[in-house]
Amino acid sequence: MTDRRLELIMGTLLRVGVALAASVVLGGGIWYLATSGMTPVDYRHFHATPRGFGSLGSLSGPEAVIQLGLLILIATPVARVIFSLVGFALERDRVYMAITLVVLAVLVYSIGSAWW
Amino acid sequence: MNVLVFSGIVFVVSALAGFLGSLTGLGGGVVVTPVLTLALGVDMHYAMGASLVSVIATSSGAAAAYLREGYSNIRVGMFLEVATTIGAVAGAFLMAKVPVGALAVTFGAVLLYSAWLALNEPKRSEAREADPLAARLKLNSSYPGPDGAVTYPVARVKTGFGLMFGAGMLSGLLGIGSGAMKVIAMDQVMLIPFKVSTTTSNFMIGVTAAASAGIYLGKGYITPGLAMPVMLGVLAGSLAGARHLMGAKTRALRRIFAAVIAVLAMEMIYNGVSGGLK
Repeated sequence: MTDRRLELIMGTLLRVGVALAASVVLGGGIWYLATSGMTPVDYRHFHATPRGFGSLGSLSGPEAVIQLGLLILIATPVARVIFSLVGFALERDRVYMAITLVVLAVLVYSIGSAWW
Repeated sequence: MNVLVFSGIVFVVSALAGFLGSLTGLGGGVVVTPVLTLALGVDMHYAMGASLVSVIATSSGAAAAYLREGYSNIRVGMFLEVATTIGAVAGAFLMAKVPVGALAVTFGAVLLYSAWLALNEPKRSEAREADPLAARLKLNSSYPGPDGAVTYPVARVKTGFGLMFGAGMLSGLLGIGSGAMKVIAMDQVMLIPFKVSTTTSNFMIGVTAAASAGIYLGKGYITPGLAMPVMLGVLAGSLAGARHLMGAKTRALRRIFAAVIAVLAMEMIYNGVSGGLK
């Protein structure tokens, strides 16, 4: 494994994640516009209803599909960091494995602490 | 206004945001947030959620192309992400204890000055000392120039790392602005070539934003109906932007960058004074 190959695989990983997220959001978006395209918009007031992974069930069908796509989008950079860890392990680069682990730990802490 | 018209407008604005965001390494929030709040009357919390989605979409969308072409420096990115992610968590903790309005005004002023600095190439003396730490961390690399690969050393690694911690903290505290500090630190302090600085910032901001995404989702800032046109528009724009970066002149990119962060600076000052950030 060289840095160049790492970059290429990472690029592919990001492309796949983004394409997947975009198709799901697009699908949900078309459904959403078809069902509520003519209703008036109202984002003037914030309704602080906590929404976690479990909230997918409480959203309407099209909104739940969009939310799923957004979760895939948010997971994409995290997956990139996880892959970096594997890549640096294959390069036998201990220093960068440690660096990547720290980043991953902070990410997991930060994303995790929002749910618990 | 009905949902269809609203989504169409947001899509077009987001496409522009993604285009500028991917060229400058700033993400799309600079354009998305003020248009949503000032022109379309969207609540600040929803706008922040949309801005976060736009940053992740710009970052991941353009990074694929930049990695393939060999612009982004993944080691510089990974190394500095340690500082930005820890800074972001620290910033989120400090949010309740710091006068955010005053901070926004101060940071806005710093950004205005940086916009001026960014217009010109920083002085790179021919015989400048390469940082030994950069060699040990394998940060020195090369990027595709007009006439083949151009190698570059990385300077002042520790100072750059410290500034990145500040960048992360500000992004945790203020929600926007981390990309600007990243590009400026890499370009002006670590003396990394401009295109490498912006594309590496672009590569990093997705991870910094993902670190805040949990909190935003948990509080319900990210609302599907609004995030949908933002994400799709930003993606379309960022893919177009990534195609333009390759052939773009560095001078032109510096001008665009300076203009965008000057706007960002004024946004921050406005928000700080009007109390929009809470």
